[in-house]
Amino acid sequence: MRIGIPKEIHEGEKKVATTPEVAEQLIKLGFDVAVESNAGQAANFSDDAFRESGVTVVEDTKKLWAESDIILKVRAPETHPELCVDEVELLHEGQTLLSFIWPAQNEALMQRLAEKKVTVLAMDSVPRISRAQKMDALSSLANIGGYRAVVEAAQHFGRFFTGQITAAGKIPPAKVLVIGAGVAGLAAIGAAKSMGAIVRAFDTRPEVKEQVESMDAEFLMLEFEGDDDGSGEGGYAKVMSDEFIKAEMELFARQAMDVDIIITTALIPGRPAPELITEAMVKTMKPGSVIVDLAAEKGGNCKLTEADKVVIKHGVTLIGYTDLPSRLAAQASQLYGTNLRHLLTELSPEKNGEIFVNMEDEAIRGATVINHGEVTWPPPAPKLSAAHKKAAEPAVAPAPVAKPEPSKLKGLLPFIIGVVALYGLGSVAPPAFMAHFTVFVLACFVGYMVIWNVSPSLHTPLMSVTNAISSIIIIGALIQVSSDQNWIMILAGIAILITSINIVGGFAVTQRMLAMFRK
Amino acid sequence: MSAGIVTVSYIGASILFILALGGLSNQETARRGNLYGMIGMTLALIATLVGIVTANYAVLIGGAVIGGFIGWVLAKKVEMTQMPELVAILHSLVGLAAVLVGYANFMDHSLAISGVEKTIHDVETYLGILIGALTFSGSIIAFLKLSAKISGKPLMLPARHWLNLGLLVLAVWFGNDFLNQSATGGGMVPLMLMTIVALLFGIHMVMAIGGADMPVVVSMLNSYSGWAAAATGFMLNNDLLIVVGALVGSSGAILSYIMCRAMNRKFLSVIAGGFGTTSGSSAASGPAGDVGDVVAVEAEEVANMLLDAKEVMIIPGYGMAVAQAQHTVFELTKQLRDKKVNVRFGIHPVAGRMPGHMNVLLAEAKVPYDIVFEMDEINEDFPKVDVSIVIGANDIVNPAAQEVPDSPIAGMPVLEPWKGKTTVVLKRGMATGYAGVDNPLFYKENTRMLFGDAKDSIDAVLKAVAG
Repeated sequence: MRIGIPKEIHEGEKKVATTPEVAEQLIKLGFDVAVESNAGQAANFSDDAFRESGVTVVEDTKKLWAESDIILKVRAPETHPELCVDEVELLHEGQTLLSFIWPAQNEALMQRLAEKKVTVLAMDSVPRISRAQKMDALSSLANIGGYRAVVEAAQHFGRFFTGQITAAGKIPPAKVLVIGAGVAGLAAIGAAKSMGAIVRAFDTRPEVKEQVESMDAEFLMLEFEGDDDGSGEGGYAKVMSDEFIKAEMELFARQAMDVDIIITTALIPGRPAPELITEAMVKTMKPGSVIVDLAAEKGGNCKLTEADKVVIKHGVTLIGYTDLPSRLAAQASQLYGTNLRHLLTELSPEKNGEIFVNMEDEAIRGATVINHGEVTWPPPAPKLSAAHKKAAEPAVAPAPVAKPEPSKLKGLLPFIIGVVALYGLGSVAPPAFMAHFTVFVLACFVGYMVIWNVSPSLHTPLMSVTNAISSIIIIGALIQVSSDQNWIMILAGIAILITSINIVGGFAVTQRMLAMFRK
Repeated sequence: MSAGIVTVSYIGASILFILALGGLSNQETARRGNLYGMIGMTLALIATLVGIVTANYAVLIGGAVIGGFIGWVLAKKVEMTQMPELVAILHSLVGLAAVLVGYANFMDHSLAISGVEKTIHDVETYLGILIGALTFSGSIIAFLKLSAKISGKPLMLPARHWLNLGLLVLAVWFGNDFLNQSATGGGMVPLMLMTIVALLFGIHMVMAIGGADMPVVVSMLNSYSGWAAAATGFMLNNDLLIVVGALVGSSGAILSYIMCRAMNRKFLSVIAGGFGTTSGSSAASGPAGDVGDVVAVEAEEVANMLLDAKEVMIIPGYGMAVAQAQHTVFELTKQLRDKKVNVRFGIHPVAGRMPGHMNVLLAEAKVPYDIVFEMDEINEDFPKVDVSIVIGANDIVNPAAQEVPDSPIAGMPVLEPWKGKTTVVLKRGMATGYAGVDNPLFYKENTRMLFGDAKDSIDAVLKAVAG
């Protein structure tokens, strides 16, 4: 089948739905790949680079749409500014479109697409289950957005991120507060941390504390009585109770006075972004501070932010770009293209360049919003959440209680028997025997101490070398071989023979093994 | 040479043997340790030859030369995958030697002792022969099982526990007989009968133990061979034998303990035998999901996954040894490491058929030992691993050990590849492991199965990675 990648037409959109590298992989899967001329230009992928990867470059937009079986796009279809025709109109029956769609917000678009009798897989609807992670374009783009947010903040922040002591004086490190430790938040934490800032993070979901701390940032805890847990379905946060929000706002107010940069990433699916940073808080921030609001498109976590703009209010720079991933177009295209490739791989289990929309597959089912003109959105709810551990916990907890305490007497009994037996032996045995016995017991302890130190990787050589040295029993045979009784001599002779096998064989094979171990 | 000089030599040899074992604490000192062992042995032998032996040099030298030659050839020719068999057969020789020396000593009536001393000496002789015979026959069976000359399946005789108990009672009974008769100069008949009983006991004991428990058996026999040497030492009033016997005995005992702990099994229940035949089918219906719910992949896909990965963990099992795949595995490791993929190996303590078996195989294939890690060192790293490759292992990566409380392997510590991003399992088919327990790992959503012979599969992956 032929895959077509048109040039993105949305203003300011620099991404492209595939890169030469990804296209090469698609061709390996058996597909034919064609791109519109200059499609990758904004992301620095030239037509020649595409041609080198075996991609056909098509000049005519309409021809590309008409001749492709599968269309890969970044933005949802919209009116083409040059052709003056809606991209939906360019689609024809039986085609498959892979793109961002946002079906919840774009009902009219869904309707028109369905009328076209096409199949649409929405990259924003790929379920957030672990198997589908490789196709999760939202995470890919959020990751880039988080990184870019820090870069933008650094651009507008008048100081270093990292602390330094120089001949010209001491520079304190910048303090960064990241609100919302999702994919974007974690990426921002990582980027800010690697630039040397002191990073704090807050999230309503307590389970992300570990992730935040794993990135060496400080997780801010709420001093809040109650068992409110912000984990909603699909790894997103949910709306919190009033008391929780009150405690949360107090925390932000305190932090606003202290930190230099705030990066907010708080989004709740299907709702306007929650207001977390009030105007009053902005006023208390130090002049020159920066707020990067990743929720600007949905109204912003700070009401002063203006979407797609950088504004300065009360001495604080507020950055409201909504196209952060697009500002890292090459990287974003590469990740998004790879997500698409993974989805196409899932769609084409036979790897013969044909796709099959398997509605039994949970990941594909979730992404498919229109199947041959039939609207299949919303999909049945995914079953697994990141917090599924919770259900398992109570089942595990009672187990240790059931384990009975072993009685002390029982543990002591073998010991007592041992002591009695030893004293019994001591009372009858001749002194010569006891001397040997002393040696024996001490040797057992030496063996115990020495063997515990042996590296587990050397257990096999240990066995072969102990084998060799336990053939010290040859000494018994040597003592007896000089006997003048023939039988004893013969037995001793055989014993010498077989222990010699052991001594030489054991040491030699140990040597051979040890010689193989190398760094 | 005076007895004092001989004793000093023996003390020197004992110290050298302790140093030999101590050297094995890490790879750098291990070779020197082995050298100490050889010097110690030479020292002890020369002291004995010069100080004690007075006649029959022809027999002595003839035996030593022939035996030494056989040993040399064995050591040079053995394949690393056959190490467990070699170790088992060598154990049997120690056991046999203990029996022979015991008999020879018993037939030697030149010792003039009586009363309690005589009784103790007889008990020592009796015990030495008993442990020796048991080690001998048990090791032979272990050898046959390990080299697949007889089935690895446990042999479950009816009332086997009673049979064992009966044999034990019989051994004690003959012992009593032997002591009574020995006091009047006889005793050969009960001694021989006991030897037969001990041989039968050894055979029966190892026959009843399943393939998965083999590491325990091998280390247990290692221990017995040490105790046999110690008993012989008591019999001959020789401290060197006692010391060495005790060292080896405790070494084997600790290994057995480590192996048992690694399988979450009680030593006694391993000895009682029969793992892998009972309750296997009942546990199969755990939360595993529908059979057939596995995702099979091709070698090229695995190669792509590996090339995309940063952290790769290879978990070898007995299947790698069987397929002789260790060299190909190392080739693959080299290729990936050249491409900056961090490849490491995770080794479960009971992977393979004897303690440390996998380490030796990997070392043979020239895998550097600093990328080979033990289960305890590596288990917490799995969440960071992109791709884990399980090669011919099953029970040691079975999540049922943690998740299914009534599974036969419940509580056994296992490697946790399912916590990583993707696990690729190389397997010939969907058969269960030695424990006979179904493995839910295969049905996990981040697990991919690559069916086929381990070596062929790795070869194909290697080609795809290189190409």
